[in-house]
Amino acid sequence: MRWLSDPLLTVDHLSMHFGGIRAVSDLSFTVGRQDITALIGPNGAGKTTVFNCITGFYKPTSGRLAFAREGLAGHADVETITRSAKRHARMASGDIYLLERMPDFQIARRAKVARTFQNIRLFSGMTVLENLIVAQHNVLMRASGFTMLGLLGLPPYRARERQAVETATYWLDRIGLLSRADDPAGDLPYGDQRRLEIVRAMCTDPVLLCLDEPAAGLNPRESGELTTLLRNIRDDHGTSVLLIEHDMSVVMNISDHVIVLDHGVKISDGASAAVRDDPNVIAAYLGVPGDDDVTEQRA
Amino acid sequence: MSDAAVSDAVSPQTQSRFITALRDTAFVGLLTAGLCFPLIALRAEADMNNHLELQQRWSWLVAATIAMAASRFITSIFDRLAARIVGVIGVWLILFAGGTAYYATNSHGGVIAGCAVAGLISIGLAAVLNRSNVDAGPAEPTRFYRLDTSGGSIAGNLISIAALGCAIAFPLVMLAWLGPQGSLKWINNYGVQILIYVMLGWGLNIVVGLAGLLDLGYVAFYAVGCYAYALLATKFGLSFWLCLPLAGILAAFWGILLGFPVLRLRGDYLAIVTLAFGEIINIVLTNWVDLTNGDAGIPSIPRITFFGLPFTASDDGFAAWFGIEFSPIHRNIFLFYLILTLALITNFVTLRLRRLPIGRAWEALREDEIACRSLGINTTNTKLTAFALGAMFGGFAGAFFAVRQGFVNPNSFTFSESAAILAMVVLGGMGSQIGVALAAAVMIGGTELLRELDFLKVLFGEAFDPSQYRMLIFGFGMVAMMIWKPRGLVSTRAPSIFLKQRKAIAGALVKEGHG
Repeated sequence: MRWLSDPLLTVDHLSMHFGGIRAVSDLSFTVGRQDITALIGPNGAGKTTVFNCITGFYKPTSGRLAFAREGLAGHADVETITRSAKRHARMASGDIYLLERMPDFQIARRAKVARTFQNIRLFSGMTVLENLIVAQHNVLMRASGFTMLGLLGLPPYRARERQAVETATYWLDRIGLLSRADDPAGDLPYGDQRRLEIVRAMCTDPVLLCLDEPAAGLNPRESGELTTLLRNIRDDHGTSVLLIEHDMSVVMNISDHVIVLDHGVKISDGASAAVRDDPNVIAAYLGVPGDDDVTEQRA
Repeated sequence: MSDAAVSDAVSPQTQSRFITALRDTAFVGLLTAGLCFPLIALRAEADMNNHLELQQRWSWLVAATIAMAASRFITSIFDRLAARIVGVIGVWLILFAGGTAYYATNSHGGVIAGCAVAGLISIGLAAVLNRSNVDAGPAEPTRFYRLDTSGGSIAGNLISIAALGCAIAFPLVMLAWLGPQGSLKWINNYGVQILIYVMLGWGLNIVVGLAGLLDLGYVAFYAVGCYAYALLATKFGLSFWLCLPLAGILAAFWGILLGFPVLRLRGDYLAIVTLAFGEIINIVLTNWVDLTNGDAGIPSIPRITFFGLPFTASDDGFAAWFGIEFSPIHRNIFLFYLILTLALITNFVTLRLRRLPIGRAWEALREDEIACRSLGINTTNTKLTAFALGAMFGGFAGAFFAVRQGFVNPNSFTFSESAAILAMVVLGGMGSQIGVALAAAVMIGGTELLRELDFLKVLFGEAFDPSQYRMLIFGFGMVAMMIWKPRGLVSTRAPSIFLKQRKAIAGALVKEGHG
């Protein structure tokens, strides 16, 4: 129950409305540090909208997204920041970020939340290696003295770049794509592109990795490899994982914590075994005799 | 060279290679002979009585077969493109020598010997080029990864070096060949003019080719640089060498000023706003008569000096100082080398930036802006730097234009200039430096060359003016390009870094940006 005892991300009363459509309404949940958390639900439940709010691609209509990057965030600390106009504060317990106040690139750069996309977004005209080097843009930018020192080709920058290439080769080796490092990313098969997008996100050195349907379109063997990769990421790098997934075998296999959404509201939340047996979840996915009762509950 | 061939033949791998090459050669020889038999060996020709008569040209057939087979042998036995090209040239030289020796009625001993020796040297060079590749292969892996230092293959490098050599030698060769009077046109109308556009094309290439931002008002920054020098020099008497960086900084400043509000826009909207900006600058220059003197322009802008020495016939002029006879060509040659230097700086900086994080971020931005933001890249700043740098190089070119012309007015900065520069970038292949330079040379040089086609008056009558048709010809050229080479002259993208092997990326995978 790490999501209760040591939450990394605390989502409070998150709502996202598009005109009259309530994609997400009054959603609260927590993501545990070093947990693999799954966000599931039928199509149109608002899962991707929640992702876009967390990673700053949408500004939520209302709600708070408190991200305690290092340590346990005291409730009082979070309240203090919320009342101030700040988006980030260094508390005794560590850095706390209010993600809803930050622009998207700052969430990736400062708060260290990385994400992948439902429809893969690789730089298809750049090589596999270049994709992973671009992901390390901010550290390399600093090492290049914001281009000025890099323009002169000074050794500190070159050393840092070599290190970046080493990081890239490490991750390529992990997903077995080292031999294709110099091929354009757009030439890779679909499953490889999915895994490349995940390690590209890992190259930003994230604390929380958000994956939008990572197993979509993968065959059972590739799904198995993905499961191993995600476990390794969590165990070896201490990165917490939040994923949206429809493939229940993957979800039930690796998730420590499952949150179920339907029509923008949370209908179940707990360990994977508990969620599996929850009648609300079964009703949402399969429908039950006397479906009207469930609809009323939701309303 | 023969030693190399012998020692190569010893290893079993090269031996099988040799056999494969021989098989290829035999196949191509047979194919050529078969195909050319009806085409070349037999020829029907009408005789005096208008009867068809069959001529037999067996020696032509033999020559064609030998030429094709020998070329195929060379291309089959060498791996490297450069080695193949040089090797084939060598073979043809030797064949030419042989043919001349066989057919020539009077003796051409010198030509034959020269060609044969040159051919042998070429083949030897090809073997060396090829070997250097084979040797480098196993020796290299000690290095962990390699940056792309050149931006192209060996052949690409050879072309770049050759082009640079031609550019450096061009004015001197012209001067020696045509004399001070005759060479003026070539150095000024062709050389300097082309290089100005090469530089503008390279500057715009940063914005359009690398960052994928469609800028239809690039000429505005050219105008800013041009008027910056014209005004600073005439009103405050500042020297060109001080004004050159100032003009660049001012243009970059305007780039940022324009960039801040408009870079939120994408695609067509960005294109429209930049187009409007170009027009605004032109209209302001026309109507702010107090400052710019309107359409009448700014006359008598101080001319270029050789680091303080004016190019005049006076006693303290350039010619007198160096003790040579005064000629107006000196200034033009100096201008040529100045713009060549400026263009090369643009090229050097761009190539360097492509391998730095900022350049990679530009290209990533062109590929997918949303993915860039998800990786923590500040896309606004990245776009602004591209815009400002492109503008800065435009400003440098503008200052140069002012000092070269000695007179500026707003008519030099119309939309058609922007369109021409953009056309160079698109025709050259977006993001490719050598392609843009080539396109600039073809477009500007081509326009000028049309003026030379006076002999066409014999065909079409005295009133015919070939330069009137240049837009028509360009239109045809562009349509042809869009059909056969829609991604430009150089359609592949060279990666900025590679682990083991540099592989060109097909143009079809590279995106053109969203605006």
